[in-house]
Amino acid sequence: MNIHEYQAKQIFAKYGVPTPRGIIANTSDEAVANAKELGGNIWVVKAQIHAGGRGLGGGVKLARSLEEVKTLADEILGMTLVTYQTGPEGKLVQKVYIEEGADIKDELYLGVVLDRAKEMPVIMASTEGGMAIEDVAHDTPEKIIKVAVDPAIGFQGFHGRELVFGLGITDKAEQAKLISFASKLFKVYMENDAEMIEINPLIKTGSGDFLALDGKMGFDDSALYRHPEIEAMRDISEEDADEREAGEYGLSYVSLDGEIGCMVNGAGLAMGTMDTINYMGGTPANFLDVGGKANAQTVAKGFEIILKNPNVKAIFVNIFGGIVRCDRIANGILEATKMVDVHVPVIVRLDGTNAAEAAEILRNANIANVIAATDLADGAAKAVKAAKGEN
Amino acid sequence: MSILVNKDTKVIVQGFTGSEGTFHAEQCLAYGTKIVGGVTPNKGGETHLGKPVFNTVKEAVAATGATVSMVFVPPAFVADAVMEAADAGIELAVIITEGAPVRDMQMAKAYATKKNMKTIGPNCPGIITAEECKIGIMPGNIFKKGNVGLISKSGTLTYEGANQVCKEGFGITTAVGIGGDPIIGLSYKQLLPLFEADPETEAIVMIGEIGGDLEIQAAAFIKENITKPVVAFIAGQTAPKGKRMGHAGAIVSGGAGTAKEKMDALEAAGVKVVVSPADIGKAVKEVLSK
Repeated sequence: MNIHEYQAKQIFAKYGVPTPRGIIANTSDEAVANAKELGGNIWVVKAQIHAGGRGLGGGVKLARSLEEVKTLADEILGMTLVTYQTGPEGKLVQKVYIEEGADIKDELYLGVVLDRAKEMPVIMASTEGGMAIEDVAHDTPEKIIKVAVDPAIGFQGFHGRELVFGLGITDKAEQAKLISFASKLFKVYMENDAEMIEINPLIKTGSGDFLALDGKMGFDDSALYRHPEIEAMRDISEEDADEREAGEYGLSYVSLDGEIGCMVNGAGLAMGTMDTINYMGGTPANFLDVGGKANAQTVAKGFEIILKNPNVKAIFVNIFGGIVRCDRIANGILEATKMVDVHVPVIVRLDGTNAAEAAEILRNANIANVIAATDLADGAAKAVKAAKGEN
Repeated sequence: MSILVNKDTKVIVQGFTGSEGTFHAEQCLAYGTKIVGGVTPNKGGETHLGKPVFNTVKEAVAATGATVSMVFVPPAFVADAVMEAADAGIELAVIITEGAPVRDMQMAKAYATKKNMKTIGPNCPGIITAEECKIGIMPGNIFKKGNVGLISKSGTLTYEGANQVCKEGFGITTAVGIGGDPIIGLSYKQLLPLFEADPETEAIVMIGEIGGDLEIQAAAFIKENITKPVVAFIAGQTAPKGKRMGHAGAIVSGGAGTAKEKMDALEAAGVKVVVSPADIGKAVKEVLSK
């Protein structure tokens, strides 16, 4: 689960990670009131969406008067912001964060992510703040400092020294400030079961203070049960409606831009099915894992979600029955076709336990749209043909 | 022969009396697995599925001499259960449970390593030595005894792969589902040498997916250390970047962990890489008839 910048900064503030002061606004009038409350004569109006690259996309603007705050807030609220992370369809901006202006002397990058190879969190820092870190990692990997921190010992002084010397910070007061910043940020990461934290940029002000100018946080979904206050920050308008609906029924769904709907049990086989369709000259319309307990209800829900996509020209149901018997799944598919109007050809491959009985059930039902397949290759080939209208 | 587990392996079940634990322990017993008891706190002294129930893993190990634990406890309690097993001297914990927090698994795995306990999973189908010992949730009937070792991040692709291998007239020595979470126990690099050393295993199938770099590490290891033929499939060639594909660890992040880079690395290491999982069986036949 991801949260907005303003929410990440609320969490930072709780741990004493320094950020500029700011207040969230839903309307341009609120934006002006917030700017007044913050005081000063320069403010930043920031679009709140779950994607990076907001500045480049025109979602972050500087205001030098309260009138300008109002104009910019009116402009940004309700705009569809397109960045390199939103995809071409962009995201609707519903909230703006009004923040006091900051005196930027230097821009750094600081983040915490899990290093899967080391099996522990790693703090990443770079002097190349304000740029996409993926580009820095690709073009100048030597400019990224990585410090792995074993959770068993926590953030120690030597971790901090590695960071500041790696960044070339020589002023002792600045070293102490940045070490304290990183130490608090690591605590934020651990105590909240974060999956990643990214501060880009982390700025150094004219007076040598470090501030989180941006803040991005993602959390381990499996650990949300012990963080109700973070779960409460969920903004469902930022999530794909179909993916969320699927999730509520225990289905794992990701929409793609192809023509063949896929319904598969198991994440690996679901990906393998997409790959096989692609290999045979077709295009998958989605990833859909119905899980290990596929029944008539989940299959019907799967059909319903797949068929919401107008590009779908055929559906490939690929189930390898293990503990779940294929004959039960075959009956589930028949029931599901009664519950949902399935108007495209459905290619069904059921293999594993009781596959022969399942084939018999499908044959006897003799539903016009349902085509039986013998194995994965046969099913994928038939689905590709059906999508091209060749059946 | 086989790797890690066989017909003599003594197994206990943590979360023995819960619905999942009960259902699958029953299936494992029917397969012939030597389940010697189970652990459910506050149910010590009872008998379940004809086997003794203990309050703690220590008691279970002392009474039964079990060396392997199959873990079915709910996600919030997985780390505790795994560390309890390690503390009690269990040699291998097979963690089936899905949805354990990543931070918990970091801690549990670090402790298991310290105590010299191997782990498989979490969020995996388990391990099976064909026609001898099944510790997990896979359908035992598709694993015919044979000469092919199998390592897979995915449950259903394990079944798909094993089924094809058997349909081609071969069979399986041991199949290990290692799971697709960000932090997992035994991986390709630790399992490949075991298959290399197993005299009955003549070829190895490895099934990977997008995310992380375990397959890349495996490629480097294979190049230097593995003489037996290896067939590989990497799932997720058509997966979009930045999207999690079902498994918690199956995500291409920051452009790293793509199927293509893994396939290229394996190919460069001399592995027979198939583009579709439908070709795993045929590829095994090809490498074994060389």
